[in-house]
Amino acid sequence: MLRIVITYLIGLTFGLGIMISGMANPAKVLNFFDVAGTWDPSLIFVMGGALVVTFIGYRLIFGKGPKKPVMDETFQIPQNRTIDTRLLGGSAVFGLGWGIAGFCPGGALPAVGSLKPEVLIFAAALIAGIFIAKALQARAHS
Amino acid sequence: MITEFTPFQSLVGGSLIGLASVLLMLTLGRVMGATGILAGFMQPSSPRDWSWRAALLAGMVTAPGLMLLTTGHMPAIDVPVSIPMLVVGGILVGIGVTYGSGCTSGHGVCGNARLSPRSIAATLTFMLFTGITVYILRHVIGG
Repeated sequence: MLRIVITYLIGLTFGLGIMISGMANPAKVLNFFDVAGTWDPSLIFVMGGALVVTFIGYRLIFGKGPKKPVMDETFQIPQNRTIDTRLLGGSAVFGLGWGIAGFCPGGALPAVGSLKPEVLIFAAALIAGIFIAKALQARAHS
Repeated sequence: MITEFTPFQSLVGGSLIGLASVLLMLTLGRVMGATGILAGFMQPSSPRDWSWRAALLAGMVTAPGLMLLTTGHMPAIDVPVSIPMLVVGGILVGIGVTYGSGCTSGHGVCGNARLSPRSIAATLTFMLFTGITVYILRHVIGG
């Protein structure tokens, strides 16, 4: 039960960060990329703040921290180091979609709590896209 | 649509995103990636694996309501995008992050923070393509 409560509070912290930073606001996100137009550089500060805190925090955990997570058995860190066409192609398609809609998954998920119709429509389309990709991947493997 | 430059709020918000990423690694040993958390929530491998994802997502969606309660107003969510384009964009984002194994949080924050070559390559790629897409939509087609 403690595990669930703490995880809930971590999700809340993430959600507050997303809402305060402006990442859940497509007008702001799209303006970050519109250097030739109504440019708003705020997102540099979002990514900068998140990266610095995570970089230092990870260093402390993996350096002098515990051998295993406080409430689990192992650190589950992706070990794949190969840069392949699937990674780059997928990221390019993600960029295309992000540029069209202005929402990324981490920006949209906390915003779902606002119950704004545009967010709910994006979230439904996002989930549909994930299932489409999983179905295509399953077919390619069979 | 012009938006206000908010370096202070964005830095505070970004730091909270970082704090959540660090705490999730410290407690559960997991990467704070929205894509992976959502995908695993919809197709769970075990009840124990599902419960932390459900709790994390529940925490996330509580944030707008908590901000409404404490500040008296909802943070701005302005969507200068038509509904058909939101649907097309959403589907493309879903397909892209699944093939690309991550998004702005998983690759952009957590992966880059541990200097993963895959995450650095993914981040440069999606930032470049988002920029090109916005330029074309606003200054070539819409210009």
